[in-house]
Amino acid sequence: MTTSPGITLKGQHRIGGRVLFDADLLIPGGQWTCLLGRSGVGKSTILRLILGLETGGLFSGSFAATDGMPLAGRISYMAQSDLLLPWLSVLDNVCIGARLRGESPHFGRARDLLNRVGLSDHTDQKPATLSGGMRQRAALARTLFEDRPILFLDEPFSALDAGTRADMQELASDVLQDRTVLLVTHDPAEAARLAHQIIVMSAQATQNWPVPETVALREINAPETLACQAKLLAYLRGIAA
Amino acid sequence: MRFRDILMTLLIGLGLWQALVIITDAPHFILPSPWRVAQAAYKSRVIIAENTWVTAIEVVLGLLIGTLLGVATAIQLAMSKTVERLMLPILVFTQAVPVFALAPLLTLWFGYGMGSKIVMAVLIIYFPVTSAFHDGLTRIDSGYRDLSISMGAGGWNFMRYIQIPQALPSLGTGLRLAAVYAPIGAVIGEWVGASKGLGYLMLLANGRAKIDLMFASLIVLACLTVFLHITIGVLATRLNRYAQGVTN
Repeated sequence: MTTSPGITLKGQHRIGGRVLFDADLLIPGGQWTCLLGRSGVGKSTILRLILGLETGGLFSGSFAATDGMPLAGRISYMAQSDLLLPWLSVLDNVCIGARLRGESPHFGRARDLLNRVGLSDHTDQKPATLSGGMRQRAALARTLFEDRPILFLDEPFSALDAGTRADMQELASDVLQDRTVLLVTHDPAEAARLAHQIIVMSAQATQNWPVPETVALREINAPETLACQAKLLAYLRGIAA
Repeated sequence: MRFRDILMTLLIGLGLWQALVIITDAPHFILPSPWRVAQAAYKSRVIIAENTWVTAIEVVLGLLIGTLLGVATAIQLAMSKTVERLMLPILVFTQAVPVFALAPLLTLWFGYGMGSKIVMAVLIIYFPVTSAFHDGLTRIDSGYRDLSISMGAGGWNFMRYIQIPQALPSLGTGLRLAAVYAPIGAVIGEWVGASKGLGYLMLLANGRAKIDLMFASLIVLACLTVFLHITIGVLATRLNRYAQGVTN
């Protein structure tokens, strides 16, 4: 497998003349970068900007892949809402990207991926029959089906209950190894567990936050994970005040 | 349970009707009794059946063609902002012209046969179907659009795999309206000029002071509309369940 590229972004984003953020980021290739910051600071906007989605503002600056190749078509996206199509089976949902591009889907690979996320017994079911955690696993399989080196995850686990969330973090960390992951999260505990790099964002600047020296994925109750989480939380409360 | 409800409503309706006849003591050529109407319906069953068949075909063809045209227009409007900007005002303006006022013109253009009635039914349901479906197509969850863009979806594939299925419940709403409007269109067309159909039969009976036959035709027309309403209702519910991914 070719190494996943990193992403650099430098510039200012304005909405109606007001500066939303002023950022200078390096998202290293093949690692998990967690992006934290208070609500409305523009974390999701960064994802949307790089993905080429509507941001409702104007960006002056530049972003690029570290390998010099175009970013288009190399990023897959997973949002907080699972965005499963209710009328399609789980299997068809996983393959939807191929259909949308007018390609014929490779069902064998989709089944393998569903097997990997533990949904092999539910391939023919409709999303409405699944639990929140199962639905998010199906969305993860759909993201994996795109088989792209870069993944943007916008609070994908935030709507799940604590136990399911921890399970999903472990599953995602396992199946997304060696890919470049940019995870937007509100949860310091999630960042402390998963990140190779933590970036804390405010309107004025972005700053790299020290991560524990242990290897991600970290134990939830490991002292360094808890310490990192506590410091992050204290800092975020400070800048929110 | 539902059947019993319908039967009860029917009996109450007939009772009230009979009571009205007794209380007002109206002559039978003004307000015939239910029994008289039933007798007339039985006596003229062949002629009623023939004319019902004609109206039913007009209504069903009108519904089919009107729905196809409405669906195609809504898709076109939703696919292209330019088409939407140009067409939407024209569509709204055409709604300012009462379709009934066009009936004489349609009869002139399409003749006394079924053609003008089908066109009438098409015209009357075209706008509700277009408007409801277009509304559903454009009221798309923005998350789906973002996901599709990130996946590199083409415009038509997004329409086909996401917009249309998601808008099916809205189409169902449009069809429910259409099921009520289509018979009105056909009957108005028949009133203006026809040699067949329930509307024609009603006028004919009225002209010959056969008010009981007129009532019988009216009741058959109402039954036809109710039947259509129920059938389309079942279809609309299915569209809803499909879009929500609810299996039986």
